[in-house]
Amino acid sequence: MGQFLRDLQTYSFLQYALIAGLLTSISCGIIGSYVTVRRITYIAGAIAHCTLGGMGAARFLQKEYAFPVTPLQGAVAAALLAACIIAMVKHYGSQREDTVLSAIYSIGMAIGIFFISRTSGYNDDLMSYLFGDILMVSQKDLLLIGALDLIVVGVVFIFYNKLISVCFDEEFARISGISVELFDLLLLLMIALTVVLLVQVVGIVMVVAMLTLPAAGAGLLVKRLWHMMFTAILLCLVCTTGGLAISYQFDFPAGATIIIMAGMVYFCAIAFKRLKKT
Amino acid sequence: MKKTVIDVQNMSFSFGSLAVLEDVTFTIKEREMIGVVGPNGGGKTTLLRLLLGLLKPNSGSITILGVPPEKASHRIGYVPQQRLFDPLFPVSVLDVVMMGRVGKCWGGPFTKEDRELAAQALRDVDLYHKQQAAFADLSGGQRQRTLIARALASAAELLFFDEPTANVDSFAEQNIYNLLKKLNEKLTIIVVSHDVGFVSKYVSSVVCVNRLVHIHPTCEIEGKNIKDIYGADLAMVRHDHRCSEKGHTWVNF
Repeated sequence: MGQFLRDLQTYSFLQYALIAGLLTSISCGIIGSYVTVRRITYIAGAIAHCTLGGMGAARFLQKEYAFPVTPLQGAVAAALLAACIIAMVKHYGSQREDTVLSAIYSIGMAIGIFFISRTSGYNDDLMSYLFGDILMVSQKDLLLIGALDLIVVGVVFIFYNKLISVCFDEEFARISGISVELFDLLLLLMIALTVVLLVQVVGIVMVVAMLTLPAAGAGLLVKRLWHMMFTAILLCLVCTTGGLAISYQFDFPAGATIIIMAGMVYFCAIAFKRLKKT
Repeated sequence: MKKTVIDVQNMSFSFGSLAVLEDVTFTIKEREMIGVVGPNGGGKTTLLRLLLGLLKPNSGSITILGVPPEKASHRIGYVPQQRLFDPLFPVSVLDVVMMGRVGKCWGGPFTKEDRELAAQALRDVDLYHKQQAAFADLSGGQRQRTLIARALASAAELLFFDEPTANVDSFAEQNIYNLLKKLNEKLTIIVVSHDVGFVSKYVSSVVCVNRLVHIHPTCEIEGKNIKDIYGADLAMVRHDHRCSEKGHTWVNF
């Protein structure tokens, strides 16, 4: 662990990685709690995979035509678009929801792979998109990550009561005069933004694990939604920081280490709950 | 003269080509307690959803408190079946009751008034001492009372119940009906139930729904009516909750 702490003082990329992990943990804990209690991990998964399309297209435009877009911005656009489509289909469409989600999931990935294959140079981008590369986070990325974090926290702070009401009992919320469609869309947009943050840290493939495992572990330990959010944030912090330190020390892949940590946290929570019962 | 709170005129509703309700006409006056009964699939829930403005009639009209249902729905306290809830959802009793206030503000934290109304609603259903408990840890009867408190917290003028005694033991069932009786002093109450016998002990009129809708004062419910509602020959079996094989002697507990 000493190596990690020593290098943390010298290398800015390591500091950026640590800050990215901390910032991401905040929205991950909050939005992960919503995703878990509303049982929509499959929606989060579809949005996550769809971001590859945005990242691939943005990278292509950036490299081939010198467009001023970054893959991270492309991911934001793709995720928000996917969230809007899913919300429309859920409330107004007549198609099967899982069919549409599979379509978004795979078409998004296909577009991404298509653009990456057309982009000149080495295709090592693909690996970092799929499995995350927290050590590659730049200062500019950090600003965007911070801004997205602020949006998520602000929206949830203002609309916490409405969102919990819609998640707990959609019908009652509708009868009370709440626009269920609007708040469902808002929640999906927040999920989209959080997914983008997590893609940076753990990669497309492992976003869902990071959204659900700490939140589900927290859900076993506490009994109210906002308690669950705070506990989940704490557990996320443990996973991202611990995962980063361990992976740096032993030269493991960072994303995978963080997810394995998250899995262990979840199983510890289950074990703790079992022990408390007996 | 009591005010009319629900006025349904020649209303019909169908899902595609399947007629669910045909030519329904009835009125309900304020502070009445009405039971809605009928066989499964007869259209009870559909009627309730129409009154709540969640479905639109194909023809005819529904007026609630003088306006169309979708404009009146925030003045209706809806108490759904408690078994529909996710037992893993992390909410406390107070959290659930506060949800009755959510439609009244644009966002942000609850006001002091919201908290006071929720506290009063909890006292009304005798669950004030349980407000910090997790909703999932409650008994069926307590959950039902929590949902009633949520409806009361919204300062509703009408209360709609969907099977209030489903998944509730007979003692809690009695408890809930006594609570309804008390609330009925101030509010108009509509109770959807499959249990004709039990409902008819408490309500002033019964709306019978099986595609067609009839409204009767409770004293008229006899074998003939029941046969009309359920569309088959039925033997009346007394279904009191306290009876013995020898006969229906009431036992004082």
